[in-house]
Parts: sequence; structure tokens; C-alpha cells
Amino acid sequence: MALAVPGARPARRRAARRRGTFTPLLLLAPAMLWLTIFFVIPTFSLASQSLQTGDIDNGFVLTWHFQTYSDALGRYWPQFLRSLIFAGSATLITLIVGYPLAWFIAHRSGRFKTMLLVLVIAPFFTNFLIRTLAWITILTDNGLVTGFFRATGLINVLRWLGLVGNDTLLYSPFAVIAGLAYNFLPFMVLPLYTSLERMDMRLLDAAGDLYANGWHTFWKVIWPLSLPGVVSGTLLTFIPAAGDYINSKLLGNTQTTMIGQVIDAQFLRVLDYPTAAALSFILMATIIVMVGVYVRAAGTEELV
Amino acid sequence: MAVDRDPMIDPQKLSFARAALSRRTALTGLAAVGAAGLLTACGTPGKSPSAPSASKTPLVAPDLSDTEKVINWSNWPAYMDVDGGKHPTLDAFTKQTGIKVKYNEDYNDNDEFFAKVRPLLESGKDTGRDVWCSTDWMVARLKRLGYLLPLDKANIPNAANLVDTLINVEFDPGRMYSLPWQSGFAGIAYNPKSTGGKTVSTMDQLLHDPALKGKVTLLTEMRDSVGLVLMEQGVSLASVTAEQFAAAIQVIADAKNSGQIKGFTGNDYTKPLASGDTAACVAWTGDVVQLRLDSPSLGFVLPEKGFTLWSDNFVIPAMAQHKKNAEKLMNYYYDPAVMAQVEAYVNYIAPVKGTKEALVKTDPTMANNDLIFPSDATLARAQVFRGLSAEEETSFTRQFQALVTG
Repeated sequence: MALAVPGARPARRRAARRRGTFTPLLLLAPAMLWLTIFFVIPTFSLASQSLQTGDIDNGFVLTWHFQTYSDALGRYWPQFLRSLIFAGSATLITLIVGYPLAWFIAHRSGRFKTMLLVLVIAPFFTNFLIRTLAWITILTDNGLVTGFFRATGLINVLRWLGLVGNDTLLYSPFAVIAGLAYNFLPFMVLPLYTSLERMDMRLLDAAGDLYANGWHTFWKVIWPLSLPGVVSGTLLTFIPAAGDYINSKLLGNTQTTMIGQVIDAQFLRVLDYPTAAALSFILMATIIVMVGVYVRAAGTEELV
Repeated sequence: MAVDRDPMIDPQKLSFARAALSRRTALTGLAAVGAAGLLTACGTPGKSPSAPSASKTPLVAPDLSDTEKVINWSNWPAYMDVDGGKHPTLDAFTKQTGIKVKYNEDYNDNDEFFAKVRPLLESGKDTGRDVWCSTDWMVARLKRLGYLLPLDKANIPNAANLVDTLINVEFDPGRMYSLPWQSGFAGIAYNPKSTGGKTVSTMDQLLHDPALKGKVTLLTEMRDSVGLVLMEQGVSLASVTAEQFAAAIQVIADAKNSGQIKGFTGNDYTKPLASGDTAACVAWTGDVVQLRLDSPSLGFVLPEKGFTLWSDNFVIPAMAQHKKNAEKLMNYYYDPAVMAQVEAYVNYIAPVKGTKEALVKTDPTMANNDLIFPSDATLARAQVFRGLSAEEETSFTRQFQALVTG
């Protein structure tokens, strides 16, 4: 952080005083308060809880029991890995589906642009649970979708990939990933739309003038310019998808359990608060590290 | 920080951000110093780990029943008679006593509800509820933790109508803290359309028949799912040991790993069962009776070797503000004529003597349904899961949850 430019300091001080010393603080206060109450304090409370031992009958006492972390990770690493794979697959699918859609809405939809944008957001008017439950009906054994997959033999491809167990689509990794991709699609489309929409279309003409073919124009011009949208879209999709447990609970089977489900069970059913807190922390840390690496690799830290 | 390099931001704004940043840096430093102390402060204080848990006494709030004619009642969904969006028995109660009932269907799951009210009860605060209906084992836990108020039977003369078999239950002998609202059995339900016309009559078949592979669900209620397997192995639920429990868990784990079981469900098993996506499952009587109204072909079997009997019970939480009103409400529903009205809608098993006789007059077919008014021979095969100590409960739940989320 290149904050300190020593010579400039007095001038800045004067500027601050002119506007009233407390103005910036006051402006920041609501956000800071919000962050403190809903993030900092819960985070500390969670950290504390993860290092406690005890049970609900006798209360929990902080004993700095770090072993909870290794125990939790040792027992639930498959669910962790699965969550990351499922969330990653769903993110990739939303990107592949969302990119052309965002491009179309931004540049080819003409007067229907607003309507299409509303349509993208429209599913949010329905409850998240209801939307997910609808997928049970869509993928039901005797439904059209399953029939189509069977008739075309696509179901055998899915089985070969290990995405379904038998000749049904529901209650399989396929169903969970499809549910995740569906539920988080708008989070991908909207940021993509924003960055594609403000792109200067004359750049495409320029690329054409320089004899770039369609692929080159996309890869050398459109894609780099849309990277901020891609990065924020993938983050907005991947982060909540990794912690999601509704899709795997409703659309999955006993072999598709994600880490969110484990945390839910440890908190609510086993009442093992330390393990649940430790798992939450591990999930948070994993995601922060992955996001950090990703943002750095994408080279877009100024644009997110 | 992006702000430093962005030429679009004018210096004035920049000074803003920097002033804030330097303060934030200061705050961060403070936070780091205080962090360890804060962590220590976050424990659940005020309770000595060595204190015996049995000695907890519930906190009593002043009873406002005489001045505030209301009751806040939390109950499970679809657990009350309905007519045109209203609850006729509740309306009749209000008419009779002048007490308004705020009826909330916000009790979807014992564990979730417990998680919701526990922090309030633990810190001695009013939960905003005067009465709710918890399943047997949850009553045991609430009582153990000192979260329940003893019932004043002087306000509930009709409690004498409680069926004999449910008076001296292990978790609450003599019913000092609870009164059953509804009871039910957990048995095996199947959809002949998906089983190829086969009957599914034992847990062994449910967990091993290749015809059902990948189309079986069990309940997330541990005592029902594991209980049925235990009874099939000839174990009595009144005396189940840790070894026997672990053996039953292993049976379910094997079935799960072979791909026989597709999932563990709450109340939501009903839809896939009716549609045939689920071929067979562990199910509750009242649900199946209701489902059969639309899909008469659905089968339901109470296994020969035994099945679980459970009740959801009225309890009054600590710090409840309208205890006497809640007791009047219990008294009202322990009138067989009123309970018969509820039964005609919910189709579970009534714990009130004389309900059958009251229902015969209005709906003889229902009154003769063995799943709603079980015969003595049926009841003789039903078993109740024994009360578990806190340590056992944790250990058993952990084993079972390892299956559900493994």
C-alpha cells in the first residue's frame, strides 16, 4: 500500500479539517457499524466457539482446543472437496451459458433489452426454496427432460462421467450441479452484462480492420475487456455455491452431501457447535485463499 | 489499494479515503490487541461445567393470563383442522373463553425449533410463545435443561381423559410437564407403481431388495429410522444398548453405501412417494392416510416385528407469559368432541379417550381406520424409544448424522 507520501501530509490534514474532521468518519460509520455488528463480532464469536469444548447441558468453555480443526477436516474433507468441485462446475456452466446471453442482451436485443434483463432477474421474485423444488418436478423420472436424456443416450454419457448413478436424473450430482447453476445464473449474467454493455463496439471494427478473425477478436479484444465482469460473476457464483446446502439437500442423494449440509447438521442436530464453527472457518479460509489466488492470477484486483 | 492508482479520483476524495484509512489502520491495531481477549469473552459464561444438569429450575414469569386474553401457540404445519382458511376449533375456543389464540405453524423440525428458542431460554428470556408441541425426546431434553414449566392440572380437569398408555411415559412420569397433542406410528410406505406391484413389508426388504435400489428414503428422525431397524433385529427399544445401536447404524450404512438409499428426509418424503420417484420409504401414519385420499393405491405396512410410536406434546416454556390460558387451551382440546373435530382433519392418533366414540357419529369410516384408532393388538406391537442420557444422545446423534451427511 503506497499510502504515505510524506510531503503531502500537511495539505491533506488541512483539507480534512476544512471539511470537518468528523465528516469522513460519519460517512463511514453506518458501513463500519454494519461490518462490526454483522461480521467482525460474529467472526470472533465463531472463532471462539470453534476452540471451545463442552456440550449444551454443561455449557461451552474456551479451552483452545485446536484439535477440533484437524478432527473436522480429517472427517469431512470429502464433503469439502465435493463442495468445491460442484461449485466450480456450476460456475463454469453459468459462465458458458451466461456469456452469450449477456452478450446478446447487451448488443443484440434492441428494444427488448430492458425486458430481457427483467426476465433474468424474474426468478428472484420466487422463493429460493420453491425454485429449487421446481427442479424436482422438472427432472422427475417420468418427465420430459429425463425422457429426452434417455432417448438421445445422453444419460449414458452422464453415467460414464459419474454424474448420475442409474437411468434417472434426479437425486444425483448432475441434479445438484444443475440446480446450483440455475440458481446462481443471474449472479453471473448481470456483472457480465454490465462489462459487455459498456464496451466500445468500435473496437470490434478496429479489430476487423486489422484482419482479426472472429475468434481473434473475441480472444484478444472482447474477453480481456470483459474480465472484470467475468471475475465478479464467477466470484458471486462460486462463493455462495460452495457454501450452499439446499440444492444438495433437495436434489442430491446420500453421496452428494456438501459441506453446508454438514455444518447445518453439526449446528442444529448434533449440537456440536465447536465442530460446526471450525468447519465454517475452514470453509471461509479456503474460499478466501482461492479467491485471492484467482484474483491475483486474473490480474484484475483494481477492477473487482 | 485501487484508489491510489486511479487517476479518475480527485484529490479531495482521496483525502477522505486516506483519513478514514489511517483511522481504520489504528482500529485494526486495536482489534488485534483485543482479539485474544475477545475470544476468551465469547464462551458461554455463568455455568459451571461440573454443575449437575438435573437440578436446573425453570424461570417463571408473572402470569398475565387474567389481563391479556391471548395465547401464542407454535405448532407443526397441517396439524390443525382447517375450514376455508380458518381453524374452526380455535375459533370456537375463542368464542367460549374470550381468549384469542395466535396460532403459528412455525414448528417444522424439532432440532431447528430448538436451535431457535435455545438462546432465549438459556439466557432466561421469554420466547414469545406460551405453548408448543414437541416430540417425546425433545420434551425429555427441554425438561432436562430446565426449560419447561410444570403444568397446573387444576386448570386441566380434562387431562383425566388422557389414554392410559401415555400417562406414565419414561421422560415425564405422571405427565407433570407435558400432555400429548397427537401420536403416530412410523412404518413403511410404498408406491406399487414403482415397486412393480410388490409389497414392502420389512426393513430388511426396504434396505436390500434390488427392485427398490436407489428409490428408498429414510426419515431424518433418528429414533424412527434406526428404531425400525433395531426392532427388526429383535432389539427392544426400551432397553437398546450402545452396541445394538451401532450395529443397526452399520446395517443402514451398508445399504447406503450400496446405493439402495437415495436420501434422508423430513416431512418432504410425501411428494416423491406419491409421484413414484420414491418407491418405498419410512413414513408416518397421518401423512399416508392423507396421501391416500389422492393416491389410494399407496401401501402402508406396520412391520410385524414392531414399529415406533411417538407423540408430539403440549409443553409450556419457561418465562411463558400466559400459562393459565395455555392450560385452558389444553383442557379444551382434551374434550373428546373437540379432539374428534381435529382428528377428522389431521388423521393422526388421538391421545384422548372417547375420541373414537365422538367421531363414529360424524365419520364412521375414519373411526374404523386402524391407523387412526389402532386396535389393542396393533398397539401391542408399537414401541417407544427409551430416553437417552445427554452423552448417549450426543453419541447416537453423531453416528446417525454421519450417515445422513456422510
